[in-house]
Amino acid sequence: MRKIRVLVAKVGLDGHDRGAKVVARFLRDAGFEVIYTGLHRTPQEVAMAAVQEDADVVGISLHSGAHMTLVPKVINYIKEYGGDPDEIVILVGGIIPEDEFDELKAKGVDGIFIPGTPIAEIVEFIKEMVPKKKEKARLKKTA
Amino acid sequence: MFDEEKLKEIKEKRQEWEKSCLEPFMKKGGERQEKFENLSWVEIKNVYDPADIAHLDYIRDINYPGEYPFTRGVYPTMYRGRLWTMRQFSGFGTAEDTNERWKLLLKEGQTGLSTAFDFPTLMGLDSDDPLSDGEVGKVGVAIDTLKDFEILFDGIPLDKVSTSFTINPPAGIILAMYVAIGDMQGVPREQLRGTIQNDMLKEFHAQNTLVLPPEPSIKIITDIFEWGVEVVPKFNLISISGYHIREAGSTAVQELAFTIADGMAYVEAAIERGIDIDKLAPQLSFFFNSHNNFFEEIAKFRAARRMWAKIMRDEYGAKNPRSWWLKFHTQTAGCSLTAQQPLNNIVRTTIQAMAAVIGGTQSLHTNSFDEAWALPSEEAVRVALRTQQIIAFESGIPDTIDPLAGSYYVEWLTDKMEKLAWNYIERIRKMGEGSVLRGVLQGIETGFFIKEISNAAASFQREVEEGKRIIVGVNKYTIEEQLKIPILKVDPEVQRKQIERLKKVKAERDNKAVKDALDWIRNASENNENVMPAILEAVKAYASVGEIMGVLKEVYGTYKKPIII
Amino acid sequence: MEVEEIVEGIFGGNKRALARAITYVENDYPEGKEVLKRIYNKTGKAHIVGLTGFPGVGKSTIVSKLTQEFRKRDKKVGIIAVDPGSPFTGGALLGDRLRMDGFDSSKQLWVDPGIFFRSMSSRGRAGGLAAKTGDVARLMDAFGFDVILIETVGAGQSEVDIIEVADTSIVIMMPETGDDIQINKAGILEIGDIYVVNKADLGGAEKTEKWLKAMLMMDQEAVSLLEKTTHADEMAVESGRIYELLHKKGWIPPVIITIAERGEGIKELADAIEDHFEFLKSSNLIVERRKKRMSKELFDLIMDEIKRELTAGKFNYKEIIEKVVSNELDPHTAAEKLVKEMLTKG
Repeated sequence: MRKIRVLVAKVGLDGHDRGAKVVARFLRDAGFEVIYTGLHRTPQEVAMAAVQEDADVVGISLHSGAHMTLVPKVINYIKEYGGDPDEIVILVGGIIPEDEFDELKAKGVDGIFIPGTPIAEIVEFIKEMVPKKKEKARLKKTA
Repeated sequence: MFDEEKLKEIKEKRQEWEKSCLEPFMKKGGERQEKFENLSWVEIKNVYDPADIAHLDYIRDINYPGEYPFTRGVYPTMYRGRLWTMRQFSGFGTAEDTNERWKLLLKEGQTGLSTAFDFPTLMGLDSDDPLSDGEVGKVGVAIDTLKDFEILFDGIPLDKVSTSFTINPPAGIILAMYVAIGDMQGVPREQLRGTIQNDMLKEFHAQNTLVLPPEPSIKIITDIFEWGVEVVPKFNLISISGYHIREAGSTAVQELAFTIADGMAYVEAAIERGIDIDKLAPQLSFFFNSHNNFFEEIAKFRAARRMWAKIMRDEYGAKNPRSWWLKFHTQTAGCSLTAQQPLNNIVRTTIQAMAAVIGGTQSLHTNSFDEAWALPSEEAVRVALRTQQIIAFESGIPDTIDPLAGSYYVEWLTDKMEKLAWNYIERIRKMGEGSVLRGVLQGIETGFFIKEISNAAASFQREVEEGKRIIVGVNKYTIEEQLKIPILKVDPEVQRKQIERLKKVKAERDNKAVKDALDWIRNASENNENVMPAILEAVKAYASVGEIMGVLKEVYGTYKKPIII
Repeated sequence: MEVEEIVEGIFGGNKRALARAITYVENDYPEGKEVLKRIYNKTGKAHIVGLTGFPGVGKSTIVSKLTQEFRKRDKKVGIIAVDPGSPFTGGALLGDRLRMDGFDSSKQLWVDPGIFFRSMSSRGRAGGLAAKTGDVARLMDAFGFDVILIETVGAGQSEVDIIEVADTSIVIMMPETGDDIQINKAGILEIGDIYVVNKADLGGAEKTEKWLKAMLMMDQEAVSLLEKTTHADEMAVESGRIYELLHKKGWIPPVIITIAERGEGIKELADAIEDHFEFLKSSNLIVERRKKRMSKELFDLIMDEIKRELTAGKFNYKEIIEKVVSNELDPHTAAEKLVKEMLTKG
């Protein structure tokens, strides 16, 4: 039985990990294998962990407002370290203004969750998106 | 609190009321919840009566304001004499911007300044550190060297203002810079007024601005105490903070217990150092959170005052009644604000601010309704301040002291919070084999505090997910809305300028003097001497925050926090 | 990724290929087995080191510091951290013990190309390891890591499975002050090739060291005593312990005192690990150990194969069960019959 592996990552200098930790716990309880990176990670570190852990999902939590620079960096480093972001569900959680959703999605983000989102919704999203994205990546490769 | 006979009568009456009045009514409709609990999961009864507080003694446990145990307030006149200080914390990009803003505020009559620093400064990193990239000047002002402080305080006479610095690992460096500016202005050091947060213990529990390991952190804080009581006797040398513990998801009881325990740890460290506790006590201050559960918060503030008075007088033997006071700043709960239907936050903040005022706070920051998510808009900042002004001038709340004293519920709850907090403190003391200081350090090492707080945060979230806790506009009464969140955009120019200035300072300063001062810091640290005189020397030689912290890191190592979810 | 691509990737230093192979193996994909078959002849070079001990003794810190030390010695390091997984929800929080918050040199561990870190869930299995830990170590071995560090769950119960996988087993403990010494009970005194007393700054380390050494010496004596008894063989079969001890002759487990947080004693520990590997090779004990492990592994694999064949319904398994249930056949005869059939037809 294939378990879904989720990397929950905190990037940047802000120390607010309450949300990330609560989400990590709930995802575990939903039956996922969750790897939490701890605070103050760089995009390189998150990307390397995503590749080595063969994460199906990378969830990036930010409260510093630096998502536009840091999130694309994580995605690029995943590529640089030999990973395939096409296969990985990339999620962003935190304070993201709605008018930046489209731009983030264009840069490869699959789901954006602002504070107050029920975690059950995140769980459902992951369950649905992981096989979808893998299938899409497979088709893309065979095409 | 009541005589035996009367109490017996009341108890009998209660039984009768339950049977003949309540019961038939319950059979018809019952209550809307099986159980009522506050935010600390303390079960709340339907009605409180004299029997619930019969064990309390008015003079012993409550007494008049200005008298031990200060349950009703530390001052005999409280807000009838002087209102609380409305201290709104805010941050601006460069030292120049902040200076300009401050001058404007001073012209309008404000006398208290409050400084927000950017993340690199808070972590003790220079602006040119690779880890600072993208963060310079973002959530507050960037300080690398005394040069930045000179600009920050240009034209601001330090004998006329009091300045609050929300900073922790580099707190000693910032205090030294403030003293250096005072020296330049010719202001006697004993006239300098202000506050440094300087509370590392809560960083380990919750806030995570972590540089040095716990024990050297305590050592340096004690250095600041030892030096500060002599050099800057009017300066608050620490703000012992529960605010961040609560923001990390603790209950009100945990906030109360862990903050008081931290305070005890600092006092024990000072006593071990041989610092006169009556000299230090007036320079200690506290910082609490005010959350949504109105009565619980009021009870928490009252319990805190009573506990601290007992602790200082009875446990640590402080002689001066002034040493028994717990003075505190309050901020309304940022974590209670919602991105959904943001105007609702004004109501939340109002309830929280009222609790803080009824609880007897010395100063108060009210959050802007969009503050938790963004750079607050001008309108939101104004409403936040107006909230305090309306409470102060329209509500009539400040007209009498501690208006909820004598409420069966509030007195019972004050007592209950205190008892629950003492349970925690005794557990911590046991972990330290009789020493709260060792117990707190042990609790950091084993992850005790983090686990307690994380468990509370997760339990709360679970109840929200299950709909047991209602958050209006989030899990009930939701609407379709476009969330407009203005985000703080980073001006890369600030970072470039700041790095340029740092380079220039480094090129122009006397590098021999810097090296000597840094060596002095190293020697003092290695020989376990007070490091503050050396830090002042280094600051005056224009050594940077990163250089000074760098030496301390070399000596003590950096703290690596085990991840506990 | 296809098997071909993965195998090439593993031999060519592609970490994503290794990561994916681990996922396949961990989840029992047929591709995983195929990869294992194809890389097997490239395994056997790495030194597999297991670290076990009670919670809170500082296993993760030691693993971090050891990794840094081996990197200084120019060795490539693979790390497997096993965490407990819930047998009910299947969920787990992984790897966090090795990943620390904060700014310092240990951060380089995250992006150092000479390091590969993988966390695994025990998925509710007892014994301190995940079912596929050995196979994952094999994948890392084939990839070219010189040292593979395996950190067990550390849940407090006896975690002796590590000797089934590791060449060198390290038991980590803390100084103990009370009379009642915990390690006594856990069975881990029988498995260590090296013992570490960490957090020596807490005091009481010397006492623990002395006690440990006494216990270890006593084991040696116990062995020589047992050699003379006639029941020795039976006991050896039963616990595997005496066999191990007999073959440890010439290697009395050293006791290393460390304060891992400050890096003290880590060099000595790394030396001891290397010494033990040298000892295993020079005494040819490594072949003995691997032979013994392989015989067990092969046996398990054979049993797995048989189970799979049977549960797939071959050899009229289901019908035979029915017959046994309805008393037409007794279970012993049924088993004999089945095996005979498998051996002749299979």
